[in-house]
Amino acid sequence: MNRAIAAAERPGAATPAIEVSDLTVAYRERPVLWDVDLSVPSGILMAIVGPNGAGKTTLMKAILGLIRPAAGRVLVHGRPGGEQRRLVAYVPQRGSVDWDFPTTVLDVVTMGTYGALGWVRRPGRRERERALAAIAKVGMQDFVGRQISQLSGGQQQRVFLARALAQDAQVFCMDEPFQGVDARTERAIVALLQDLRAAGRTVVVVHHDLQTVPEYFDWVTLLNVRRIASGPVADVFTERNLRLAYGGRVAFLARDPGSGPDPATSEGGRGRA
Amino acid sequence: MGAILHDLVFDYTLRTVALGSAVLGLASGALGALAMLRRQSLLGDVISHAALPGVALAFLLTGSKAPLALVAGAGVAGWVATLAVGGIVRASRVKSDAALGLALSVFFGAGLVLLTFIQRRPDAAQAGLDKFLFGQAATLLAADVATMAALAAVALAALAVLWKEFKLLAFDPDFAAILGYPTRRLDVLLTTLLVVAIATGLQTVGVVLMSAMIVAPAAAARQWTDRLGRMVPLAGLLGALAGVAGAVLSSTTARLSTGPVIVLCATAIVLVSLGFAPRRGLAWQALRQERARRRLRSETVLIDLYRLAAQHERPADVAHARAVLRAMGTGAGSRRALADLEARGLVRRAGRDDWSLTPAGVAAARAHLAGRDDAEVAS
Repeated sequence: MNRAIAAAERPGAATPAIEVSDLTVAYRERPVLWDVDLSVPSGILMAIVGPNGAGKTTLMKAILGLIRPAAGRVLVHGRPGGEQRRLVAYVPQRGSVDWDFPTTVLDVVTMGTYGALGWVRRPGRRERERALAAIAKVGMQDFVGRQISQLSGGQQQRVFLARALAQDAQVFCMDEPFQGVDARTERAIVALLQDLRAAGRTVVVVHHDLQTVPEYFDWVTLLNVRRIASGPVADVFTERNLRLAYGGRVAFLARDPGSGPDPATSEGGRGRA
Repeated sequence: MGAILHDLVFDYTLRTVALGSAVLGLASGALGALAMLRRQSLLGDVISHAALPGVALAFLLTGSKAPLALVAGAGVAGWVATLAVGGIVRASRVKSDAALGLALSVFFGAGLVLLTFIQRRPDAAQAGLDKFLFGQAATLLAADVATMAALAAVALAALAVLWKEFKLLAFDPDFAAILGYPTRRLDVLLTTLLVVAIATGLQTVGVVLMSAMIVAPAAAARQWTDRLGRMVPLAGLLGALAGVAGAVLSSTTARLSTGPVIVLCATAIVLVSLGFAPRRGLAWQALRQERARRRLRSETVLIDLYRLAAQHERPADVAHARAVLRAMGTGAGSRRALADLEARGLVRRAGRDDWSLTPAGVAAARAHLAGRDDAEVAS
């Protein structure tokens, strides 16, 4: 843990949590990610932002080892993704599964323990307790036996989060965890992410709301097929970089460098591109 | 009824057919449930239709109609067809539904061509091969049933052993991959089990109708439970039930072929389940909606009465005519709504068609309004 904090203060000093080098991913002929380099120190809370089609989800899936890159490589805690998969937990977009699947909250969260269980062995009391603890952390203890289609969007998101917690991973990757959740759930999720960071874990979030980036995150990667910038929010979350990432289309005013930590404002209300 | 039970035990043909049908129902129901949840019901259709050229080729190669050889041929062909579907989707821009249709028609067409070719041959050995189209349970022998039972047992045992892995694969394959499970191989294995289950039914139900045995028990079982651990065994049981019922029904009537009757029994089970399963059944849904509508209407009347009465000093003492309520928009349901409220002790009749709130009614209306305000603030 000390090492993690040190790494956060002096990026590059220790083995980074995630190291992406020369990553290129193409769907058919079209490159979705082009020659992306990224070094994410451990123990930070990082947002990946960029316009639609910038390759945010693709980058996350490449880190998770779910897609094979055309070139380049991804190291998680110094080892290739395939070898180290259990170190990484994943909170997918809510729409990625069938919520009418015949299963309960407890069952879904228990799936987070399947990696450590290995082949054939069934979850027992220890796995059940781990799952229940994770469910309690996201405040869903009253819904343990509930069929998952009977949950609200925010509750479904929290179930996914609990499943990731039950994995007990070092790196957490989340794809738009705030999509379609109410303000209260969003705050609860942010608090959980900050707890994870405090425990030395690394959290990477695909994020849409530019306004909340400085408030929620300490590290940010701006992406638009290429890596525009990546680093501490204070250094790289600038108007210039945002214009580079989003093009001229976005009427978005980041805070001026040096003018203090005012939250960013935009003409269009929420800074969605 | 007694006679049927007697025949089921002692009549060789009926016993064999019923057992064979039960085995095919069990295997195809259980594995069909997972296929349905993975949105692969149509794949079952492709596999069973694609089995036909496999059966024909197996006969041409071995020259025998031994069930194991034909079933093996069917299995291999079904398996090749699923690989073809996967390959087409990955390698081209053809979407999966089109790829499924393509594989089904090409394989089935090839099967029909081979079948006609075989039937033109002069020797008599080919007689009865066309029974694989719609199945002919009466030709089942005890040895065939033993083969089918062994195949089904292997498939179900594999399903039980890798239960956790298959559940994960069906619910969230990406997550399974992140946990380090080889999803591609698991996917191929589960599909292979489905192929085996389908192969067990070809002789009884035939390639054309077998897909119904993949879909129907699964769709019925889904209506009755919200747990995968109950749905899969239940689908197997319902499939077996359809199989035995179909075998018995077709035995009571001459010239009724077993396969189609089994499929009709499975369909009947689906219809009953769609209609009357608790919670998900259409009948219960309609009933619940009607109840909710009635409750909402009586609550509206209660609130309207309260709003009228609240303009007076002692709300419980003033009565208002139903005509006023109707004018406020409650409409045709007001008579029934007032009767409901009276039964709950919230209103009382003050005149011929005049109504006033009881003290309990005043309290209920206030609580309701307070609750609604809370809800509005929270949202």
